[in-house]
Amino acid sequence: MKIAVLSGKGGTGKTLVSVNLAAVAEKGGYFDCDVEEPNGHLFLKPSDIEEEEVTSLKPVVDMDKCDGCRVCVDACVYKALAYIPGELMIFDEICHACGLCTHLCPRQALTETKRVIGTIRRGRRGSLSVHTGTMHIGESTGVPIIKELLKKLDDDLSIIDSPPGSGCLVLETIAHADYCILVAEPTIFGAQNLALVHELTQVMNKPAGVLLNKVEDGINPSELYAKEKTLKILGSLPYDSYVALENSNAELLVERSEKYRTFFLELLKEVVDEATLAAQR
Amino acid sequence: MKQLLLLSGKGGTGKTTVATGLIQLSQAKAYADCDVDAPNLHLVLGTFDNHTTKPYYDLPKAVIDPNRCTECGLCYQVCRFDAIAENPYRVIPHLCEGCTFCTHVCPAGAIALEETVAGTIELHTRGDETFSTATLKMGSGTTGLLVTEVKKQIKDKAEFAILDGSPGIGCPVIASLTGVDLVLMVAEPSLSGISDLKRVIQNARQLQVPICVIVNKSDVNEELTERIRHYCAKEALPFLGTIPYDREAVAAINSGQSLIERGGPASEAIQEIYHKVMKELEAL
Repeated sequence: MKIAVLSGKGGTGKTLVSVNLAAVAEKGGYFDCDVEEPNGHLFLKPSDIEEEEVTSLKPVVDMDKCDGCRVCVDACVYKALAYIPGELMIFDEICHACGLCTHLCPRQALTETKRVIGTIRRGRRGSLSVHTGTMHIGESTGVPIIKELLKKLDDDLSIIDSPPGSGCLVLETIAHADYCILVAEPTIFGAQNLALVHELTQVMNKPAGVLLNKVEDGINPSELYAKEKTLKILGSLPYDSYVALENSNAELLVERSEKYRTFFLELLKEVVDEATLAAQR
Repeated sequence: MKQLLLLSGKGGTGKTTVATGLIQLSQAKAYADCDVDAPNLHLVLGTFDNHTTKPYYDLPKAVIDPNRCTECGLCYQVCRFDAIAENPYRVIPHLCEGCTFCTHVCPAGAIALEETVAGTIELHTRGDETFSTATLKMGSGTTGLLVTEVKKQIKDKAEFAILDGSPGIGCPVIASLTGVDLVLMVAEPSLSGISDLKRVIQNARQLQVPICVIVNKSDVNEELTERIRHYCAKEALPFLGTIPYDREAVAAINSGQSLIERGGPASEAIQEIYHKVMKELEAL
C-alpha cells in the first residue's frame, strides 16, 4: 500500500499528516519527496543513516577535438550550449542531461561525466524506515532525486510526502502511489489548490480522499468543494494552537497527545480501507 | 522598473496575503503571480476590466507513428526520461522533455515532434494597473519557462512591480528571482520554516539578489521568531518586522476582503513593514 500526501498549496499540513501517519504505523517507510525543502526528518529524527549521492550526467568538451562545427549547439533544444570561436560553452544548470549532443558530435569531442545534484539519506526509527531526498541549492530539478528515492518503496506500507504545487515533481511523486490524501485548508486559496491537485489525481487515474485541516467555525470552501465533487472526506482536524506550537517545534503529535494518537490511528485505518476498496474497483 | 519578489522556501507562510497587502498599500501598477503551479493572487484582487489570454507552448514533444514504427526499440534505448513505453512503442507525453534524441535515432522516420499547449498566460488590466498570471495545464512540467513569460508581460509597465513567488528553491523560484531588485522572505517561526528559509536565502544569494526578512504568525512560537531575528542579525540580513497570527484572517480571505481593509494588528504590522520595504528598495 503506497499512500501519497499532497495539497497543491504549501503549508496546509502535508508533512504533519505524513509524519504522524508514519509514526503511528510503526512500520513500512516514510519518503520525503519535497526534495527542495525536506522537513520530515526533523520530526521523525531517524538514526543509522546511510547517505548516497544522486548524480546526473553532464557533457564536457575536449577542445583539442572540437572543430567548431556547432552540430551540438544547433541540436540542443534547451540552448545549453554556445560556441564562440575557440570555446564551446556548456551551461550545466540548463542542461537536461539528455545525451543528444554527445551522441551527435562528429568528432567525439564531447563525453559525459557525473555531476552530483543531491543526496539521499535512509535511516530508521524503530521498524519504520525514513527516506529523505535533498536537492543541492542552485539545481533546477529534483526529479532524478525523487526517482532514486522511490526505488526503495515498501509495498506493505509507504507514506509518500509530496512537494507543494502540481508540476513535474508532484507528477513524479504520485506516479507509484495507490492512493492520494489531499490535505486542504479552509480558505478559498486552499479550495482553489485542492481543485488543482484533485484534477491532477484524476488525470493520473489515482483514487483520492480529502483531509480537512485547520478547520475553523464558518464556511469551509474546501469542504464545499469535496462535497460537490463527492470526494471522500477522510477526516477533519480543527485549528488548534496546541498543534501549531507542537508542530512548529517539530514534535510528533502522536507521541505528545493521546487524542491525536487516536485520531491518526483511525485515519490510517480509514485510508488503508479506502485504498483497499479502490484497488478492488 | 524596480521589482520586489516575495518568497518563503516553505509553503503557506503567507506570501500571497502579504503580497496583496503590499500591492494595495503601494498602489502598485504592475504585479504578477509567479506561483504558476498553484496560483491564488487572482482570487483576492477584485475584478478587472480587460483580459487577454494566450496559450503557452511547451517544447514540442515526440509522437510515434505506429504505422511507420518498425519496433526496433532504438528510441526506447536512448530516452533518458523513461518517456517511451513498450508494446507497442509509444511516447508518454508528461514524461517527454522534448530533447529530440529519439527523432534523431529513429531509422524509419516514424517519430515527429508536436507542439503542445502547456498552459495559459493571462493579462488583466484595470485603469493603469496590469496583472499578469498563468495556469499550468495538468501534467505539464516546465514551470520555470512559464514564470519567465509571466514576468515578461509586466516588464516596464510601471516604475514598481510586486511579484508573488512560489515555495521551494527549484526552477520556478530561480526563474522568478532572475532580474528582481529585492526579495522579501516571508518566514514562519517553525523548525521546518527556518530550515526552508535558510535554503532559499542561499538560493537568492547565489543569484546575488538582495534579501530582507519578515516573520508571519510570529506569536505562534515567539522563541523561534527570536531565533530567526538572531539569524538575520548574524547574516547581516535586514529584519523588517513581524506579523501576529490573525485567526480571523481566514474569514476575511474567504469573504474576499483584504487584511488591510479589515484593520487590526496584522494589518497594522503589514503597513509598518510596507514602509520599511520601500526604504530598502530606495536604498538600493
